[in-house]
Amino acid sequence: MRREAPQKLTDYAPLAFPAGMLIVFFVVPFATMIAVSFFRRDPAGFYSPDFVFDNYARFLSLFFGKVLGFSLFLAVAVAICCVVIALPFTYLLSRTKRRTQVLWLVALLSVLSLSEVIIGFAWSTLFSRTAGITNLLVMLGIMSEPIALNPSFGAVLTAMVYQALPYTVLVLYPALVRLDPTLTEAARTLGASPLKAFFTVVVPALRNTVVATLIMVFIFALGSYLLPQILGRPQHWTLSVLITDQAIYQSNMPFAAAMAVFLVLVTLGLVALTVYAGRKGEAA
Amino acid sequence: MNALLQRVYFGLVGLFLVLPIIVVAGVSVNAKQDLAFPPKGFSLGWYGEIFANPEWRNALVASITLAALSAALALLIALPLAWFLWRRHAPWANVFQLLGIAPFTLPPVITALGLLTFWATTGFYGQPATAVISHAIFFVTLPLVTLSLGFSSIDRSLVEAAATMGADDRTVFRTVVLPLILPYLISGYAFAFVLSLNEYIVAYMTIGFTMETLPIKIFNALRYGYTPTMASVTILFVAIAATIFGLVARFGDLPKLLGAMSSRD
Amino acid sequence: MSGLTLQNVTKQFGTFTAVRNVALTVPHGTFVCLLGPSGCGKTTLMRMVAGLDLPTEGEIRLDDKDITNVPTHKRDLGMVFQSLALFPHLTVGENIAYSLRIRGAGKDEQKKRVDELLSMIHLSGYADRPVAKLSGGQRQRVAIARALAISPKLFLLDEPLSALDAKLREAMQVELRQLQQRLGITTIVVTHDQREAMTMADTVVVMNGGEIRQAAPPVDIYRRPADTFVADFIGMTNLLDFKADGTGATVLGASIPGLVVPNGLASGIVSVRPEDVHLTVPGNAPITGTVIFIRDLGGTIETFVEAAGKQIVAVSVPNARPDVAVGQSVGIALDPADCVVLKS
Repeated sequence: MRREAPQKLTDYAPLAFPAGMLIVFFVVPFATMIAVSFFRRDPAGFYSPDFVFDNYARFLSLFFGKVLGFSLFLAVAVAICCVVIALPFTYLLSRTKRRTQVLWLVALLSVLSLSEVIIGFAWSTLFSRTAGITNLLVMLGIMSEPIALNPSFGAVLTAMVYQALPYTVLVLYPALVRLDPTLTEAARTLGASPLKAFFTVVVPALRNTVVATLIMVFIFALGSYLLPQILGRPQHWTLSVLITDQAIYQSNMPFAAAMAVFLVLVTLGLVALTVYAGRKGEAA
Repeated sequence: MNALLQRVYFGLVGLFLVLPIIVVAGVSVNAKQDLAFPPKGFSLGWYGEIFANPEWRNALVASITLAALSAALALLIALPLAWFLWRRHAPWANVFQLLGIAPFTLPPVITALGLLTFWATTGFYGQPATAVISHAIFFVTLPLVTLSLGFSSIDRSLVEAAATMGADDRTVFRTVVLPLILPYLISGYAFAFVLSLNEYIVAYMTIGFTMETLPIKIFNALRYGYTPTMASVTILFVAIAATIFGLVARFGDLPKLLGAMSSRD
Repeated sequence: MSGLTLQNVTKQFGTFTAVRNVALTVPHGTFVCLLGPSGCGKTTLMRMVAGLDLPTEGEIRLDDKDITNVPTHKRDLGMVFQSLALFPHLTVGENIAYSLRIRGAGKDEQKKRVDELLSMIHLSGYADRPVAKLSGGQRQRVAIARALAISPKLFLLDEPLSALDAKLREAMQVELRQLQQRLGITTIVVTHDQREAMTMADTVVVMNGGEIRQAAPPVDIYRRPADTFVADFIGMTNLLDFKADGTGATVLGASIPGLVVPNGLASGIVSVRPEDVHLTVPGNAPITGTVIFIRDLGGTIETFVEAAGKQIVAVSVPNARPDVAVGQSVGIALDPADCVVLKS
């Protein structure tokens, strides 16, 4: 079957429903959000139409700068931790028997699909004084009494890595499965140890994949809206948490929308920058 | 030596993934209303509580209804789109592919807030149907990806062969394309279903003030009063996800679905 | 007249012309092979006959009806694809019955026809097997049976045997030709394998660059090539420059009397098949050369000779083995009757 360009109007018919749904319920809401970001907050209701930059002007504060800085820092930290753990893991996984792979994939998908609420609850339990991991250490005689490990930065980072790790593995998986195994075999015949072959052949061959994965995990981590709230102190709150907080608890939709627009711009900007830098690095 | 190293590494990653679940499982079998670990006493009562307590039961029913309907709607959006993109040469239509992938790729708060402002502006805010549509849009990416993959794995000469044997477009779709795409249809539904079941922020921003899904219920319990039921629900969810993905793996080709080039027989 | 007729058929993809101004007549019941190197337009030509591609210009007629714009599914074809295109979700029997089922044939009728066809391809009892469980040769035969299920007006095969190993391919060529003769069905096969074309076809159509270079019975294609491309593409040949002289022509610096050159052709090329190059002792023939390599293939012996700066190959059978060695001088004799005169 050759893919032909649509000839008649009826050839477009299958497109009608999907296109309509995506435009009405994604493009229009997105546009609405952008519009609302210029509206004024209405203490009585949600907001009233207007065209003001007040909501954006609020970014120009030290507090907001700190939140943005911390959000980016946290997302970068999560992305790096995940890729460092996941790259060797996925590489080894892609070389195992099919059965082993399927089992791990089922496990990873199950964890990936877990609600952020559930992950937050599970780790807050694990880090708590009454039901936490420290109780095990007490039982083993390593510690004298259980302590609470949260709220803390470490707790936030751990839970976010937990949330993003399966995602990282699944993003890396296709590229690593398709990687020609004769590449490392060739390196081995040339005298490289397995570890050396991994770092001199696999990692360079996957440079673009690794960069793309870092970006994707970074965006994924930027979206975390509950874990910093459940496991961290207020200074560990990220932009996503602030947006949720403003939208739901402070009922300040215009400001929440402005932050959301800003978050999209920052995300896209960083991605574009990284892609650009990657291209430039390749050309050099 | 290397094999041992690999086992240790796999073991550590596995432990990291499973540890919180073990602790939660331990908490879920406490005899009394304690959130203790190791558990004090043993009881499966907190699992019964999910179905016995009307609040938890209603949340469970709401979650499953929402997941079933929104995954079906997501499929209805994704199938014609993926089919059209496979069947026709229309580069500009790739815009819709992009639109289908964007809601899931952007930070979820953004999609959620967009939908919140939209429903609030149009006056439908809080109605159950809005959550179904919102989740369908949010998760349309999953069936879209599995179906695109499925279509690209169909040998186009099969369609030509059917045509030379007298099948028109409609018959080809019914007798050749649909049977071949069915596994991808089912797994796309399964992915969307499980993720919708677990989704919090979009559900919360659309219907959070009028009804409770299970993740919303857990979150509210987290803020306003712990109960071991939270733990038993969590374990129930892990079990559902593992069962569904296990079934997908059993009857489909999971490595291929997740982007490996071809399955090794 | 009954059969297939193509008139001035042209197909363009963007600025690329895949098939240029092709005219061809395939009488009812004949077996035609479209032969040519890859990219010569043979597959595109067949796809237009099948309706899978529409011609940019020209007309396709089947049994005196214009079918140029008739959609594929209304052409009553049987086609075997290069990939075979067996439906992986159907059994052997369901694959064969497909064209009957979608035409609304009853279960009994389907079963009867499937059994008939399975016995024709020597696979009786295979109806309920999944196609994935068949060997390459069996899949091939199922694809053929499936295409013949409705007794089509046209039987089209696109590189049908290319996936088989050499031995099986040769056996299938014979089987396919016998089947076609028994059924008397108009058949077109696309192939790049000249042995395949020579084995099966009533008419071989040699294509290159989107055009038909020659359409003729296999022997004529071999013995009387229409141009240097056909001569060179089919089998081995020696292409030698000639200049017309009074009594005939000069080839490799020697005059060959009796070589008939058409009026007005002062120079050109002669094609001489290797088996028509006769080696003798030097002085016994007008041309003298030096043996540079001998390839003994058991069944035939190829002797490569350099003469007047050109390399010439001679083929002989074992009991006519020339008594020569590398480095030796030999005489080369050419019979004017064996030389095909072509434009350069």
